[in-house]
Amino acid sequence: MALEALLWCAAALLGTSVAAVAAARHRAASAPVYGVALCASAAAMLVAGRSLVTAGPLASALLLPVGLPWLGAHFRLDALAAFFLLVVNLGGATASLYGLGYGRHEEAPARVLPFFPAFLAGMNLVVLADDAFTFLFTWEFMSLSSWALVMAHHRRPGNAVAGYIYLLMASFGTLALLLAFGLLAGPAGGYAFDAIRDSAPSASVSGTVLALALVGAGSKAGLVPLHVWLPLAHPAAPSHVSALMSGVMTKVAVYGFVRVVFDLLGEPSWWWGALVPFLGGVTAVMGVLYALMEHDLKRLLAYHTVENIGIIFIGLGLALAFQANDMQGAAALALTAALFHVFNHSVFKSLLFFGAGAVLMRTGERDMEHLGGLIHRMPYTAFAFLIGSAAISALPPFNGFVSEWLTFQAILLSPALPQWSLKFLVPAIGALLALSAALAAACFVKAFGVTFLGRPRSQVARDATETDAWSLAAMFVLVALCLVAGILPGYFIDALSPVTQALVGAHVPRQEERNWLMIVPIAESRSSYNGLMLFAFIALAALSATYVIHRWASAATRRSPPWDCGFPDASPLTQYTAGSFSQPIRKVFGSVVFRAREEVHIPAPGDARAARFHVSLRDVPWDVLYVPTASFVNFTARHLNKVQFLTIRAYLSLVFAALVVLLIVLAIWQ
Amino acid sequence: MAVALDAVVQLGQLLLVLALAPLLTGYVRRVKARLLRRQGPPLIQPYRDLYRLLRKEVVLAHTASWVFRVAPYLIFATTWVAAALVPTFASGLVFSYAADMIAIVALLGSARFMLALAALDVGTSFGGIGSSREMMIASLAEPAMLMVVFTLSLLAGSTQLSSIAAFMQGPGIGLRVSLALALVGLIMVAIAENARIPVDNPTTHLELTMVHEAMILEYSGRHLALIEAASHLKLLLYLSVVACVFVPLGIAASGQGPTAYLAALAVYVAKLAAGGFLLAVFETAIAKMRVFRVSDFLGAALMLGFLATLLLFVSRVA
Repeated sequence: MALEALLWCAAALLGTSVAAVAAARHRAASAPVYGVALCASAAAMLVAGRSLVTAGPLASALLLPVGLPWLGAHFRLDALAAFFLLVVNLGGATASLYGLGYGRHEEAPARVLPFFPAFLAGMNLVVLADDAFTFLFTWEFMSLSSWALVMAHHRRPGNAVAGYIYLLMASFGTLALLLAFGLLAGPAGGYAFDAIRDSAPSASVSGTVLALALVGAGSKAGLVPLHVWLPLAHPAAPSHVSALMSGVMTKVAVYGFVRVVFDLLGEPSWWWGALVPFLGGVTAVMGVLYALMEHDLKRLLAYHTVENIGIIFIGLGLALAFQANDMQGAAALALTAALFHVFNHSVFKSLLFFGAGAVLMRTGERDMEHLGGLIHRMPYTAFAFLIGSAAISALPPFNGFVSEWLTFQAILLSPALPQWSLKFLVPAIGALLALSAALAAACFVKAFGVTFLGRPRSQVARDATETDAWSLAAMFVLVALCLVAGILPGYFIDALSPVTQALVGAHVPRQEERNWLMIVPIAESRSSYNGLMLFAFIALAALSATYVIHRWASAATRRSPPWDCGFPDASPLTQYTAGSFSQPIRKVFGSVVFRAREEVHIPAPGDARAARFHVSLRDVPWDVLYVPTASFVNFTARHLNKVQFLTIRAYLSLVFAALVVLLIVLAIWQ
Repeated sequence: MAVALDAVVQLGQLLLVLALAPLLTGYVRRVKARLLRRQGPPLIQPYRDLYRLLRKEVVLAHTASWVFRVAPYLIFATTWVAAALVPTFASGLVFSYAADMIAIVALLGSARFMLALAALDVGTSFGGIGSSREMMIASLAEPAMLMVVFTLSLLAGSTQLSSIAAFMQGPGIGLRVSLALALVGLIMVAIAENARIPVDNPTTHLELTMVHEAMILEYSGRHLALIEAASHLKLLLYLSVVACVFVPLGIAASGQGPTAYLAALAVYVAKLAAGGFLLAVFETAIAKMRVFRVSDFLGAALMLGFLATLLLFVSRVA
């Protein structure tokens, strides 16, 4: 029943998309399109959420007579799919709500409106797909519809390149997944997921499938070094689509990885549990360092997606390591941490992109160096962005902290692992995780502080106004979720228990039986956390301090110019900028990671030219991996090009040579 | 009955840390002054300072937003709650299960986040310099602290400070290389986090070297009083953590009678006095380092914490 309802929601989205093709030339079409998308996503979210929390086995399957004639299209709803549908449709619903306001100012509605519901439908269908063909088809559909949205403003500088790189990386990822499913299906070609689950691939095959799944899903999710397209493509799209791509589509990629590796592939080997968390740890630290070097608000957020995907993959990899050693309880904890972070990241990343979109819409500016002081002009947006920043920086009492805390707890279970390499590796990954959390806080002090605090650095920042009510509504729904998931995490963890039960055969202890809404992942003597109590204490302490001070001490306030050690400067350009804020961190980390070099040109005395300061950064994965690949492809293409201009005799002899070679090969083969 | 006593003790601890923190700062200043053969301010000078600041009006920059005004209250509240969660003289109290050591580190992170934002709020270059440097220091100090937490919790099988303290009191702990490394790492982090010499100088107003003082340059009146109180609390918190984990002698367990609590309180004050004295001696003996040497200092702390974790697997108990 629930499955049918979800498919109808996806069908409604697809129908809207078709209808929007005709209507999209009119600006008035925006409201109905986003309205229908909002209703369909909200309905799908409720259905998925209900199937997740109602107890009992809920897997239901359905075969539709579309697609390959001998296969049909299989759809299935189980706990894992229900959880990811909840994440997808929560993002979809809030993005549609945001779009109701944001979309009115869209300059090219005909390029956005038809693809937006199609993109939502594509993501829903990927999660529901239950055979390899349907999965890959809907995966490509999702990629292409989001590519169209990236190219919505294709005339802006940089967007065409972003779209091109995105298209390349998406095809590359799908190719890897295609090969992975080919290996899984085996020579018999059982493409339905049920058939794949029953087959038992050999160790070498499943190792190859894991590598291919890492490449395929990792390129969509943004694992380093496959992340290069994210910071280009995510910011190029309209902001609510950026939120969907960063907050939700990367989660669909995580879903693809979990589905293939945890569900279809069977028993993991221990080295998977070393490889995946290692990649995750590197991704987390690299992502946040990239973000720190970035001044473009939306690109900074996209790089933070890379970081958070790293954190999620740390959790997933630990789950694999524990599962390979038959430690189901620990695997369940690690998987719960990863999935909870999936939910949390989708919430605060959408929120932050909505905030960045509001700033972009009201100022036309994405570069932080031209912003500042927006808290006075856009107070509600600033508040929402502040909460999102605190949540993504893993600060209690918000939700980001809880999932990172759970990941730490999973890491602390690692000494029980029998493999020495894992014993040594996992604490190192813990250090990387701690480093990325601390750097994320630095990065969001920069992002919020430079954009919203201080004095405006340009006229557009001075003239900005508060954004519309729809956008604010979408942001504040997510603000509330950040807080609720942070102070009542027990309910969210309990909701994940059917998922982990199905995937690793265990779940963390039920949290709702605990007193005082405490969360206790293993045992009380080991570790516990109570977000509600912390929140109540902080609130109580702050309020009592306020009361005592305003009651008995001075409450007088006087406004004056800033003190600034006696030398206040009238020009807002003397403030700390994003570049100067991250300079110490660039000096400490960037000189190694990015080969950052600072050059200062000071003209000779008497020379009236201005002094110049130049920072050069190298993007090492790009220079080492992508540039040589691209030049190799160019080289081969240039030389193969000669084959196009041969004489007919040469072609005939080529055909003849090919035939001879083929026959020789056949003769040897027999 | 036991729960009621626990709650009373917990409330007592909440007020105790608040009452003791300025005294500790005054004591450290006094010892430092005596070591420099100065008379030094009286022990209660920090209380007088706080009292005077509370009675003065706040001078607020025109460009300050609500973040600037709300931040001191939140910084004070989070630091206070974090300090009250550390077992001082009694372990296993009711609230101590609300947050483990990771959460305490993260709570201090929340306070720092607010302070760094407040420093950027007015839009002056000093606020920016302090904020930027503070976040650079924190980006190394926080992972170093977490590595120390890792070492301790892998040993004790728990991230709860109460359980760690109980484990450290018990038999079978022995002398371990890991513990020594963790102690050194923790002290280095504590020095950096509390803006003490050689990382930062709490008494300086020399612009180019200050970090913490640069951030609070625009604050005055009751706001400044709250931030000062929070930094007193933070110093007390770190000394309490060191005392509770590495010198767990005399901490009263939950459910012991009032006399045990009183004895434990006396031991706790003695431990603070000893810790404060050592801090003062250390600060007097060493010179402040350049800002960009701090990364080496904290990188060493991070490596020590990491080594401590790794050595757990290969070392034997002596």
